[in-house]
Amino acid sequence: MTVLELSNVSKHFGAIQAVNDVSFALAAGEVVGLMGDNGAGKSTLVKMIAGNFRPSHGTIRMEGKVLNMHRPVDARGHGIEIVHQDLALCDNLTAAANVFLGRELKRGFGPFGILDYAAMYRRAGEIFAELKSETRPRDLVKKMSGGQRQAVAIARTRLSDAKIVLMDEPTAAISVRQIAEVLALIRRLRDQGISVVLISHRMPDVFTVADRVIVMRRGRKVADKKIAASSPEEVTGLITGAIEAA
Amino acid sequence: MAITLNQSIDHRQHSRLSALVASQTFWVVVALCLACLYLSFETDSFATSKNLYNITRNVTFTAIIALGMTMVIITGGIDLSVGSVLCLSSMILAITMHAGHSIEVGILAAIGTALLVGAFNGILIAYLNFPPFVVTLGMLSLARSLAMVASNNTVVFEFGPDHQKLLSLGGGAFFFGIANPVIYMVVLALIFGFVLRWTKFGRHLFAIGGNEHAAVLTGVPVRPMKVAVYMISALTAGIAGIIQTGWLGAVTTNIGAGMELQVIAAAVIGGANLAGGVGTAFGALVGAALIEVIRNSLGLLGISAFWQGAFIGGAIILAVLFDRLRNLRIND
Ligand SMILES: Nc1ncnc2c1ncn2[C@@H]1O[C@H](COP(=O)(O)OP(=O)(O)OP(=O)(O)O)[C@@H](O)[C@H]1O
Ligand SMILES: [Mg+2]
Repeated sequence: MTVLELSNVSKHFGAIQAVNDVSFALAAGEVVGLMGDNGAGKSTLVKMIAGNFRPSHGTIRMEGKVLNMHRPVDARGHGIEIVHQDLALCDNLTAAANVFLGRELKRGFGPFGILDYAAMYRRAGEIFAELKSETRPRDLVKKMSGGQRQAVAIARTRLSDAKIVLMDEPTAAISVRQIAEVLALIRRLRDQGISVVLISHRMPDVFTVADRVIVMRRGRKVADKKIAASSPEEVTGLITGAIEAA
Repeated sequence: MAITLNQSIDHRQHSRLSALVASQTFWVVVALCLACLYLSFETDSFATSKNLYNITRNVTFTAIIALGMTMVIITGGIDLSVGSVLCLSSMILAITMHAGHSIEVGILAAIGTALLVGAFNGILIAYLNFPPFVVTLGMLSLARSLAMVASNNTVVFEFGPDHQKLLSLGGGAFFFGIANPVIYMVVLALIFGFVLRWTKFGRHLFAIGGNEHAAVLTGVPVRPMKVAVYMISALTAGIAGIIQTGWLGAVTTNIGAGMELQVIAAAVIGGANLAGGVGTAFGALVGAALIEVIRNSLGLLGISAFWQGAFIGGAIILAVLFDRLRNLRIND
């Protein structure tokens, strides 16, 4: 069953054509590896799906309906969650404050509600436990290790019942053990029927968890294949341009 | 389970205490108390009700604007125009009332002017990506000039039919002999403190100052919030202007001149970090109080007023030094 469908999506920043006429579909419970050289347009593509950018051309459909998103909140409302490449964390805030940034829990009535610190600490603690992370909800992000920071960014995606989770290089700059945790989480998400788009430069990550690999080069999609039908050598060739397309 | 719970409670209490001792505001409060104690023993005139009344009232103008400034600084911005906005609002109030309008109309006009100036600053900064320093520096010059144009650079000291009302609003003491400006300051400080700690808006201000890009990515409405923050800053300047007009009973076009630096000093002494992401309403009050006590004490101790700048400058550097030392320790 197709959850997400991109048709002829393009994005340009002034004269820079970051994403050029990309189409693909994402099925429920499918893990897609998105690969490509630096500047290939991977982050720009997922940011459009997450409501950070509006496509210059093309449409994004979810479960058949065209999505018209102006802000990240709109995407979250449709069950789309993202872990940003630079993690998008505020060092001066606590782990819990970062997890809930933009969707703080409140108690009291409507606009007069006040921040519910206790509930946010509790819920963040539960998510960190679920992620098997040693992160403490009250600690400032400033003082955290790379892995803990990653956990905070990933914890955001667990706040609501997501249908699609976009991960932009979630395994960059973390230890082998923590990479295994992230990959295990991706499998758990898949088992719950959640679709995952995993951006990574690490061939082993993609080839262990992904069902399909999409390769982008200079803004264009140059390959979209089942993992079983491809190989790390072929994907490397596609990324560098040694192989034109597949 | 029981052990981890106890440990975590221990950890929390320990970290509360150490956070308190490590906070810049805490040491400024200590310094303030020591200075007051010393002055009460050393001079006969410090701990008199008249002097304390004067100090508390003088503190308020700086403190009220420092509240708004602290919000701006938390977002990583700066507002150099507050002294001139104070002047412009005071002048608009004075002229409106002098022309025979009621105090309500005058206040509305003054507040409206302040908000307009703040919105102008904010829109240039948030939507056209002007550096806050440049925009508000321009406004510092512009707003005072407008006040001169509006008044033809004269002194206004007659405020029409509601003259007396205005004077008692700023100079009187409606409750328990506490100077009115002090009451306004306390009420505003409580509101600012509440907003910063307990509302989504407050939380998002800290997020913007901590990592503006992250705030944008997570869907915080950064631009409208920045506009709001410069409007709030101008609003505090406007409110201070109205109260000060009532207290002085006259408005000249150099009212509030140089005030921006004193207000920024108060915010910074109180723990606001010019890099953004840090600051409290309580800190703004404490910072303003320390500056005023230093100024007051120099007079009482018979030290030349020329030393005032040196002492206030020293207080700024010393206060921030504590913060630096703490960060050095963390980074080691
Ligand atoms: N906000 C922006 N404004 C202007 N140009 C941008 C912007 N964001 C991205 N670009 C440009 O778009 C192109 C694609 O960038 P993108 O970040 O999507 O690449 P990427 O595939 O994620 O690379 P990396 O592997 O290095 O993360 C680059 O040329 C980049 O300079
Ligand atoms: Mg990228």
